[in-house]
Amino acid sequence: MRKREPKPVRIEVGELVSWDSALLLFWRSARAWCEEHHIALDDSAMPEDARTLMKQLDSVQVKEPAGERAPDLFTAVGLATAECRQRVKEIAHFVGECTLSAISVARRPHRFRWRDALAEMQQCGALGLPIVGLISFLVGVTLAYTGAIVLRQYGGDIYVADLVGLSMVREMGAMMTAIVLAGRTGAAFAAQLGNMKANEEIDAIETLGLRPVEFLVLPRILAVALMTPLLTLYSNALGIIGGMVISLFILSISPTAFWVEMLTIVDMSDVMTGLIKAATFGLIVGLSGCLRGLQADRTAAGVGRAATSAVVTAILLIIIADSLYAGVFNILGW
Amino acid sequence: MVTPTNNNSASQPTPAIEVTGLECGYDDRTILRDVTFSVDRGEIFFVIGGSGCGKSTLLRHLIGLRRPTAGTVRYFGEDFVAADPARRRELLKGFGVLYQSGALWSSLTLRENIALPLEEHTDLTRRERDEVVAMKLAQVGLAGYENYFPSEISGGMKKRAGLARALALDPGIVFFDEPSAGLDPVTSRQLDELVLQIRDTLKTTLVIVSHELESIFSIADRVIMLDREAKGIIAEGPPRKLAAESDDPRVREFLKRGDGSSSETRAE
Repeated sequence: MRKREPKPVRIEVGELVSWDSALLLFWRSARAWCEEHHIALDDSAMPEDARTLMKQLDSVQVKEPAGERAPDLFTAVGLATAECRQRVKEIAHFVGECTLSAISVARRPHRFRWRDALAEMQQCGALGLPIVGLISFLVGVTLAYTGAIVLRQYGGDIYVADLVGLSMVREMGAMMTAIVLAGRTGAAFAAQLGNMKANEEIDAIETLGLRPVEFLVLPRILAVALMTPLLTLYSNALGIIGGMVISLFILSISPTAFWVEMLTIVDMSDVMTGLIKAATFGLIVGLSGCLRGLQADRTAAGVGRAATSAVVTAILLIIIADSLYAGVFNILGW
Repeated sequence: MVTPTNNNSASQPTPAIEVTGLECGYDDRTILRDVTFSVDRGEIFFVIGGSGCGKSTLLRHLIGLRRPTAGTVRYFGEDFVAADPARRRELLKGFGVLYQSGALWSSLTLRENIALPLEEHTDLTRRERDEVVAMKLAQVGLAGYENYFPSEISGGMKKRAGLARALALDPGIVFFDEPSAGLDPVTSRQLDELVLQIRDTLKTTLVIVSHELESIFSIADRVIMLDREAKGIIAEGPPRKLAAESDDPRVREFLKRGDGSSSETRAE
């Protein structure tokens, strides 16, 4: 086949009134095409301004976006382990710092920011009542329903009271309260402190010769650690009421019968184990929220990441602590 | 009583700030090395330079937010870098910092913001504190704004309130991080006047990080210029002298834009 002789290409701009980057891109691709096919390109008609911009464009090289290269398995495991160690170290360091500050505050209690602690208590305690109440009531309802399905088959309807009472008081009360507080209060702490960091407010505290931990973190941790057990008691009560309501309407068990049956198995030691857990969970929520807030990057995205990370850290540590407590209480026979 | 002075001979009192061989950086990256300068008492001292030259980094190291990798910083003759934490906190009381954003604590009113350093570091009664707050606010032209929250006032007012807080403990040195950033030329000029007034009335030493040429030429006694490539100081002296006599083209180019054409301002 006879090869056709290529003709020179000429770009005509005619009565070009205005143009934008699209013209430059077209020009660039036309030039590349012509070079590839060994065809002469006549671009003399291009406007002078476009020519200046084209010169700038020629001097830069368009870089491919750097692709994320997945490391091999060993590298990935190694990096993850190193990061895990780093995380644990950070938490240990922060807990240590909080402990030292708490000791120094305990020596001079008049220097503690009681007013801030009270404000935070109101925020995470009193204002948390509706949501903790609703969730606990519904957890009680769910437990009673689920229990009823099984227990009814054996004619043991009345044991729903034991199931709901024991689960709420020993486990679900503290756990549900802690998870609500992790989402509500822990995230808020992280966002507040992260925002303060971005706004140089924490730097301002430091250059005033004050310790941010003593000043910002301790009042918050104290508030949430005190409020969690109180909210847990409230959550226990609401959960039991939820169970009672379902027992009354579905299983026709009167609240009095429910209460009397429940007291045969639930005693003060169960309530106390729940409260010990609750106080620990409260500390965890406060610590994770404040730690992530103080670690936040000084950007809007950083504050968002801090809030997310605070909730994830808190819930993870709550579950770990809960399993440890289960083992310890089992050994102690509580 | 300390008299402002521009030369640093043996007969003069100890300088307010003496920085020797300071090396600053983040992680493994060195931003500045071998930075040596001193600031006399009552001097208005500018740290200038283009964006990214390490001005703010230097400031963060001077005020103890970061630890230098090498070198010393002395305040009124006392080593700040080597001081133990308790002594450092004591020294920190001796200076105030006005941050770029004002950095007022957003959950507190202006009164509480300014009263907080007093609450923490003095034995003043509540009434006395309130009087000091009123006085400091009046000093920066914000009399009567005690009960406003930082979110309720403008950017220029936030800077002034931040300055009032920095002055709360009557510090010997006040640091400013880009005081004119984000301010209109009029407000910016008012802030400059305030700076002069503070120096003249309280004899405070003022260290200002800025690239605002108008401010530099109108109020600076002396400047040091930092450079990103050189990673250190490339010029030191009174700004007009540098603009006229410096051999370094980088210095002349930076300063000539503002000299004579005082209305010209540059934003980062």
